[in-house]
Amino acid sequence: MLDFIARRLVAIIPVLTVVAVFVFLMLRLTPGDPAAVIAGDNATSDQIADIREKLGLNEPIWTQFAIWIGNVLQGNFGESFFFKKTVAELIAQRVEPTLALATCTLLFAVSVSVPIGVLAAYRQGSLFDRLVMAFAVMGFSVPGFVIGYCLIYIFAIELGWLPVQGYTRIGVNFGAFLERMVLPSLTLSVGFIALISRITRASVLEVLNEDYIRTARAKGLSNRVVLMRHALRNAAVPILTVIGLGIAILIGGAVVTESVFGLPGLGRLTVEAVLSRDFPTIQTVILMFSVVYVVINLLIDISYTIFDPRIRY
Amino acid sequence: MFDLRKSLATVVAAASVAGMFGAAPASAQTLTVVMHSDLKILDPIWTTAYIVRNHGYLVWDTLFSMDDKLEVKPQMVEKYDVSADKLTYTFTLRDGLEWHDGKPVTAADCIASIKRWGAKDSMGQSLMARVQDMKAVNDKTFTLVLKEPYGLVLQSLGKPSSNVPFIMPERVAATDPNTQIKAEDVIGSGPFIFKRDEWKPGEKTVYIKNPKYKPRAEPVSGMAGGKAVKLDRVEWRVLGDHQTAVNALLNGEVDMIESPPHDLLPVLAKDRNVKLISANPLGNQYTFRFNVLNKPFDNPKVRQAVLHAFNQKDFLDAVIGDPKWYKECKAMFVCGTPLETFKGWEDKLGSNFEKSKALLKEAGYDGTPVVLMQSTDLAVLTNLAPVAKNLMEKGGFKVDMQSMDWQTLVSRRTKKDPNDKGGWNAFLTSWVAADILNPVMAGFFNAGCDRAMFGWPCDEQIQKLRDDYARETDPAKQKAIAEAVQVRVTEYPTHIHLGQWYSPFAVRSSVDGVVQAPVTVFWNVSKK
Repeated sequence: MLDFIARRLVAIIPVLTVVAVFVFLMLRLTPGDPAAVIAGDNATSDQIADIREKLGLNEPIWTQFAIWIGNVLQGNFGESFFFKKTVAELIAQRVEPTLALATCTLLFAVSVSVPIGVLAAYRQGSLFDRLVMAFAVMGFSVPGFVIGYCLIYIFAIELGWLPVQGYTRIGVNFGAFLERMVLPSLTLSVGFIALISRITRASVLEVLNEDYIRTARAKGLSNRVVLMRHALRNAAVPILTVIGLGIAILIGGAVVTESVFGLPGLGRLTVEAVLSRDFPTIQTVILMFSVVYVVINLLIDISYTIFDPRIRY
Repeated sequence: MFDLRKSLATVVAAASVAGMFGAAPASAQTLTVVMHSDLKILDPIWTTAYIVRNHGYLVWDTLFSMDDKLEVKPQMVEKYDVSADKLTYTFTLRDGLEWHDGKPVTAADCIASIKRWGAKDSMGQSLMARVQDMKAVNDKTFTLVLKEPYGLVLQSLGKPSSNVPFIMPERVAATDPNTQIKAEDVIGSGPFIFKRDEWKPGEKTVYIKNPKYKPRAEPVSGMAGGKAVKLDRVEWRVLGDHQTAVNALLNGEVDMIESPPHDLLPVLAKDRNVKLISANPLGNQYTFRFNVLNKPFDNPKVRQAVLHAFNQKDFLDAVIGDPKWYKECKAMFVCGTPLETFKGWEDKLGSNFEKSKALLKEAGYDGTPVVLMQSTDLAVLTNLAPVAKNLMEKGGFKVDMQSMDWQTLVSRRTKKDPNDKGGWNAFLTSWVAADILNPVMAGFFNAGCDRAMFGWPCDEQIQKLRDDYARETDPAKQKAIAEAVQVRVTEYPTHIHLGQWYSPFAVRSSVDGVVQAPVTVFWNVSKK
């Protein structure tokens, strides 16, 4: 097992190298000059040229890459062009809202989608099953921002139960934190619930036709035990795989959800950095997302061994 | 069994319980505002960005300010004298001016600040080119000695928009003008104090009342007069999404939106708890900018054809829509200002397509497509380029409209390359009217070839007239020169003005005292 984990961690290096080169080149090759953005609309060409020089953007592209990658290897992710703070500081400042949003969404989505997926499979063809499937189609089809605005309209504007926007840090006021997490998490969960519930249903359906389920029922075990202990556990591997893949959806969805609900998280930071061509910030955030994605999928792979004893690394 | 109703009820109950633990409502004297942009840079001399200028007005003060009649009035200055030969200006500061750290404001601070600003700002550079010397007479008095009479000394020191000559402590103003001041150096003598520890770019910027600030005795008037601080705290919140900002205002979570999009104004107007205030009487001006380096706009006659193809109403209708928020105005130096004049433009901007075609024929236009850059991500600009394309095509042009985000456009407009190598012919933008009040201040009139703003017009006559304007001290003669500039621009077009538009503030009805001024300011504002 340790050998497997070590191999997987080593495999992160080429992945990150490719991501680093790709992101760096994409940013340099697409149009847009951070110096012109920083200087403001009324700046003269000389003012822009001064800023470009100060930012080191006049250096050849490979020199810029070498400087950046050299700093990254020393744990220095550089300074944001705009915020005059180190990128590490910026990320530290913005990570909590995104982490909170992702955690709440994941907890909510998994706790809703797995039971309804199992029930839909158990009651295949029933009204409940059809409703779950219809919800899944809707969850895939309706963009997150539309769901967000609808929820804001109902729960914030019309009913006045929840705030429209904003974030309160968990350590400042836990009640306010929860209050501000409900709508964003619900919004981001919808697509995730649709995905997991559909896969859960399909996996459980497949397992429910296995001989050992028939045997379990013949032994007189209750439906709950059959479903939870025998069916769900054996259907868990594809569900876990989808949850792992869904992290990418979560990261993408966080960008939109954070914008709609005014959460000062990494998603918004990414959008702001892209719009203002803040190269050091974009590069670091994307590298960080890549690491998170790879590590989470590693954890998912390891968790297979818990649910399926046949899997050994 | 899963019970949907029960679960929904649980979620709602949880949310309600959470609401009980929610943050207490903000203090009555805290104004929460969604500004037009996030504050990422703190140095208003280093950048021309308007959000940084607005930040500057909270923290720093100015020697002079412009009142609602666009006359320059003393602000930090108690009195000033001009020598008979108009070469020596003597300024004396008001009593009791203090920096936020408690130290007194001195003449040396003012001199250092003017020097730093004069190295960056175009009007400042023009002034400094004529300054022979600046000297502190004592702690409160300093002199500015000119090499030759210059008509824009006070207008320069009282200019309301970027870059504003804010007065900073001498040690801060000693910072290289091309290097940003540090966050810990954001110390002013203005009406509010910047809370560095609460500044979270992307989330919020906080200012608190400066208890030691001594406003002038005169009533507030435009940017001038007494800056009475009635708020304990001003919080700028960052909400990138317009709809979210509007929802937050409707829900009472924020008190003010600086520039709500025009398409959402009807939603706001319907709510009885919200009022729309047109606080900037001069508004903004849409502008079509030529690049004179590339064909076909290297030929002034071809550019003249565009003057006849365009009309302002089509542009304003396409973007602003409601005539309540726009004004057709053929005055390049803005309607409602001392330099308002229509001279030279009476027969232009009427969409006379036949005249446009005739001029193109006369100019020998060979059908070279006009590369028109369209910004697609700013609602106040997006619809301008399609209108320009349509009108130019009707006027006999071929147009290649290329769409891009604003930041790409900002970057590309600095390129002097030919069109087939990423160059361009024209783009549309908007100016805050306070930036274009005279031919020296308005950047697009600079026809100094390589030293001009992007578009690089090159015309000796315009440059001479601008120089004459700067030297002239008689307002009547200045107006005559401004008229001559405006007429010359019809012969050698540098840009076309496409009408004025206004962006109202959306504020909760509990907010009072919003100042009518060309810049968003927070003195005099109170909250019930």
